[in-house]
Amino acid sequence: MTFLQDYAYYIGAFGLVFVGLFTMLVKRNLIKVIIGLSILETGVNLFLISVGYISKGTAPIFSKAGLEAERMVDPVPQALVLTAIVIGVAVLALALSLAVRLYHHYGVLDLRKIKEQRW
Amino acid sequence: MRSVIGIVLLLIIAWGIALSLDRIPFGESKTQVGDYYIEKGREETGATNVVTSVVVNYRGFDTLGEVTVLFVAAIGLSAVLSARRKKQKGEVEPASLVLNTGCRFLFPLILLFGAYIFIHGHLSPGGGFQGGAIIASAFLLVYMGCRGRRISETGSKTVESLSGLIFLAVGLIGLVVGGRCFLSNFLPKGELNSLFSGGVIPIIYIAIGCKVGSELGGIIDRLVEESG
Repeated sequence: MTFLQDYAYYIGAFGLVFVGLFTMLVKRNLIKVIIGLSILETGVNLFLISVGYISKGTAPIFSKAGLEAERMVDPVPQALVLTAIVIGVAVLALALSLAVRLYHHYGVLDLRKIKEQRW
Repeated sequence: MRSVIGIVLLLIIAWGIALSLDRIPFGESKTQVGDYYIEKGREETGATNVVTSVVVNYRGFDTLGEVTVLFVAAIGLSAVLSARRKKQKGEVEPASLVLNTGCRFLFPLILLFGAYIFIHGHLSPGGGFQGGAIIASAFLLVYMGCRGRRISETGSKTVESLSGLIFLAVGLIGLVVGGRCFLSNFLPKGELNSLFSGGVIPIIYIAIGCKVGSELGGIIDRLVEESG
């Protein structure tokens, strides 16, 4: 039980990663593949943040006096994830635009049917 | 069949990850670089938000790369979508009076909130990327609520290019005046916890906020145009 408590964030984060990976591997609808990509990315971001967490830590912002530097979480993963989220939105938009183009070209979003048309 | 193979593959990956995660304890301080940033960040950069000092000051060059990735993604999106001929625009049903007025009322307030977030990026939670996303959400509200209204394409392109240029120019001035390296600080650090502190951090974060806002706004514009 302590194992679950200690590693709850890791397990949750990698649960999201595996849900995303499974969706990308198994589903054939292009939109669902993109949704899987988005879930995977959320899991990776959550994992990075939870690696940087320190027990009972606060956000690394000295907004008022009396905050100890000892009890602050690691700022480096937060800084990485901060940019990764915005980039993830842009990559998602790019993937969706490619899906829109494919749909206009073939009339289907099913990857098998697109393959049959010698794509 | 496919899902069985997928599950087997994922189980193998999960086994490997569980073995390596066993060596990463949860809730303990792991990196010395993070401790250094927390200890010395305030004196060295003048920003009270340590995450901001990492993003803009210590890893400023990296952030320039991230902004470029965002730019390339936006360019790629508009290139992919504009290869098709623009279809004839159908008549859009006008939104109701309540929706229209509400959107017009909320739009400047959301813009103001986004600007607040990125101007105070070195003092409070937030920063250029978050503020830019909020500004883009204001544009999204206009597209959803008051249909038929558009943001001007040349305007958003101009803002985007100008803010990118400001970022680069601040970096180059830092190279010449600051003397040490690209993006080094050349302004006085000011008093901690005041608005005018942190040297070049507020300038760069305002530039990033405008750039991210206009880029995400442009993406929204493209996608809404595609949907007709």
